[in-house]
Amino acid sequence: MTTKHKAIALISGGLDSLLAVRVMQEQGIEVEGINFYTGFCVEGHTHAIRNSDKDKQKRNNALWAAEQLGIKLHIVDVIEEYKDVLLNPKHGYGANMNPCLDCKIFMVGKAVQWIQENRKDGFDFIITGEVIGQRPMSQRKQTMPIVAKESGAEDILVRPLCAKNLPATKPELEGWIDREKMYDFSGRTRKPQMALAEKYGFKDYASPAGGCCFLTDKNYSDKLVDLWDARGTREYEMDDIMLLKVGRHIRPKPEFKLIIARDAGESKYLEGYRKQFVTIQIVSHNGPLTMVDGDIKPEDFELAAGVVARYGQGREAEQVEVHISVPGQDVKIMNIKPLTVEQVNEEWHV
Amino acid sequence: MSQHELDARRMLCPMPVIKTQNKVKELVVGDILNVICTDPGALSDIPAWARINGHTILGHQSNDDELTITVQVGG
Ligand code: SF4
Repeated sequence: MTTKHKAIALISGGLDSLLAVRVMQEQGIEVEGINFYTGFCVEGHTHAIRNSDKDKQKRNNALWAAEQLGIKLHIVDVIEEYKDVLLNPKHGYGANMNPCLDCKIFMVGKAVQWIQENRKDGFDFIITGEVIGQRPMSQRKQTMPIVAKESGAEDILVRPLCAKNLPATKPELEGWIDREKMYDFSGRTRKPQMALAEKYGFKDYASPAGGCCFLTDKNYSDKLVDLWDARGTREYEMDDIMLLKVGRHIRPKPEFKLIIARDAGESKYLEGYRKQFVTIQIVSHNGPLTMVDGDIKPEDFELAAGVVARYGQGREAEQVEVHISVPGQDVKIMNIKPLTVEQVNEEWHV
Repeated sequence: MSQHELDARRMLCPMPVIKTQNKVKELVVGDILNVICTDPGALSDIPAWARINGHTILGHQSNDDELTITVQVGG
């Protein structure tokens, strides 16, 4: 009697992990998926905020991928633990604030931990959709053994899409899987993956341009660094990282930043912060809700209101009425003249 | 069989799914869990999660900006 072997697969929601799992399923391996939520993932949340995103992707791609594959998916909240990965990456950052190599090591390491904690479920090995040369930082020939070693996975880490280019792993040596039925993809081209997707009949799969998270995005990374610089510390909370995805960010003074909603969806989202933060609302005209992050002094209210008024419908008016709400205080009513385009200094834009 | 409630208001996806998943681990087959959330994305994510993991969505209700999704724990 042959025993059925079992693997846990890192599912990002992208095509590569989808294919890697299917390749293993074809070899009779029973697979369950694991997805790590760092807080920076491209998945979810933004669609809940912006109006314009409402019609777009309403699905969580990791869940979608699991459903296509007919596998269970465990989503793990790693927000707290991930801070150390982002703040102190041993292998450094990629083009932006993305610590991809440390991130991969961390996630594979968490999968190793999962296997140990769920011994009763009998997982034998780990699968990832990594492809040599696919990503400039984390997926290079030299980094593949680093991930295997530093994560503690060693020879139970299988990359079905490029296994033929790598040393044989335990599941291959033990005969649980057939090396010949895996692949030798390499380089940045997506063609082999697309052809395999076609073969398996996968359509509509997600193909995020940069990477699996916001940290590969220049704009997002700039805002994150600005936040750290302004605070003089690299601490962050979940609210901080969410707020970096919302609104237009303008910093007229080092001590405070204005987060100006870009549409009704974002205004509504910022509403939820009214009790904790100073907020600015134009009342004489239509205009976005603005949240103030940082320390704003009363003498800067006029400046802040002037900037905010620039983004409302009364931008050309002589005067607009603005309400400033400071938590625990009476609303301050101000009548101010909106700043001109020139007065909103280019350098204030984060 | 017992009824439970989970407050996932103001959480953005996938947090409501993660919280639901973790709560369901503490429950037994047949238990009912009402998840109250405000992210409309939960309406597609929680049912997708339930289908994958063998749970049943008994229904959902929305009033104002809140959404209650009823999950019955499967085997
Ligand atoms: S893109 Fe983000 S989630 Fe993906 S490996 Fe890099 S740091 Fe990690």
